Amino acid sequence: MRLFTHELKAQQRLFWRSRELAFFTFMLPVLLFFLLGSTYGDDEIEGVRGADYLLAGMLGYGAVSTTFAGLAILLVIRREQGILKRLRATPLPASTYLTAVLASIVLVFALETVLMITIGRLAFDTDLPDRWLSLALTLLLGSVAFAALAVGLSGLVRSAEGSSAVVNAIYLPLSFISGAFFAPESFPGFLEAIANVLPLTYFIELVRDVMLHDRQLWEEPTAVAMVAAWGAVGLVAALRYFRWEPRER
Amino acid sequence: MTAVAVSDLHKSYGDFEAVKGISFEIHAGEVFGLLGPNGAGKTTTVEILEGYRKRDHGEVSVLGVDPERAGLDWRERIGVVLQQDELYPFFTVRECVELFAGYYEQPRDPAEVVRLVGLEEKAKARVKTLSGGQKRRLDLAVALVGDPELLFLDEPTTGFDPGARRMAWETIRSLRALGKTILLTTHYIEEAQQLADRVAVLRAGRVVALGTPNELIGAAPATEIRYRLNGEVVVVQTEEPTRVLHELTARALSDGVELEDLEVRRPTLEEVYLTLTEEEPAE
Repeated sequence: MRLFTHELKAQQRLFWRSRELAFFTFMLPVLLFFLLGSTYGDDEIEGVRGADYLLAGMLGYGAVSTTFAGLAILLVIRREQGILKRLRATPLPASTYLTAVLASIVLVFALETVLMITIGRLAFDTDLPDRWLSLALTLLLGSVAFAALAVGLSGLVRSAEGSSAVVNAIYLPLSFISGAFFAPESFPGFLEAIANVLPLTYFIELVRDVMLHDRQLWEEPTAVAMVAAWGAVGLVAALRYFRWEPRER
Repeated sequence: MTAVAVSDLHKSYGDFEAVKGISFEIHAGEVFGLLGPNGAGKTTTVEILEGYRKRDHGEVSVLGVDPERAGLDWRERIGVVLQQDELYPFFTVRECVELFAGYYEQPRDPAEVVRLVGLEEKAKARVKTLSGGQKRRLDLAVALVGDPELLFLDEPTTGFDPGARRMAWETIRSLRALGKTILLTTHYIEEAQQLADRVAVLRAGRVVALGTPNELIGAAPATEIRYRLNGEVVVVQTEEPTRVLHELTARALSDGVELEDLEVRRPTLEEVYLTLTEEEPAE
């Protein structure tokens, strides 16, 4: 436990000091929420106010941009720098390091959630969520599933230079198709078909159900199963592809 | 006492045999050099000892433990400087050393370690602002902060300018004085000669010579006698320099000629090394 908190503190400091990554994964979703909220916050989408609808979608976007994109990029860079390899020669257990990295990125996302809900409340008069436990569990489920996918993906990305390109190419279209920014119902059929298998679609649906439709997480077994299944895919990929040593050489 | 024992070590990557039956022992408290050109199998050997790679064949014991089965308590006792790594660029020198100190049960004082490697003035500088040589010294600091019994230094001064190299040598000598056992790989002969108590010379995955630097020179084939006669340089290589020299000078005296620029010399370690590691002609 002492080692875990020691590492978690270091991970937090590292995250906030690498300003590009912190901006890109933490601030950008907040900014986008503010911009899109100003644009169509007062429209009505699927029977709810635009700002409320958007907040749920942007929490989904925030989840993938921190716990998926942010984590994957960070792991590739550290691997290629040789830091991961170097750590294997210390008495810090691999599991402690990885849980601290995971906890750190989940903490970043938790802060982002609080910030977005606050901005929504102050700027767009969004409702405060009243099912806190369900919301917290939903966000945790999503973060862990996306983090597992990130660890798996990091093993497949070859170079630090290419990492943000590859990761962006995956998670930006993913966010778009999954309806983080707009209602997916306005999409053509083939996009909807793709959306129907993506984890973020179900994650955003869960967030909307909990925040807007007075549902509890456990009342939505299909969506929970879809997110968890993708998390399991990530876990399998992580066990198969994750590596501690740089890929070049 | 034996700190490291390696016997008949083999390792291949696909079809390429990187290590073809290496054996050596390192005594506790000595600086042992693995010397050889790039591709001789130095890093592969060291990474097997550090527990990064699995061997194909042979026996390995590091501090009495097989690295393939070693646990966290074994890692408390070793320190590692990898050939290529870069610590967190946004951390300061002191933060890096303190971070690593936190991984060990009984670390040394981080400030003292920073001083030992000569980075005091850079303690508050971020890693990304350090020069290559300073980064290597930081690598050394984080390897030392756990107070290891055994240190692995994989090419610790590659890319250093001569001044930085001398400083690093001083640091490594002071570690030896602290009683650390050190395994050092290098492709600089001078570095091995300056630092190592004993040296194993590697070529193409095999140990081609093993001993103290002086023993290696002593085992070299011949003493060289050079002189100039009628303007032409004559080189005589011999195992019996006393007799040959006596005969040469006796003849010169009786013929009344002068052996110009007469020189008797032992080969340097560099020459021994170059002879040992010379590529065999392709068959």
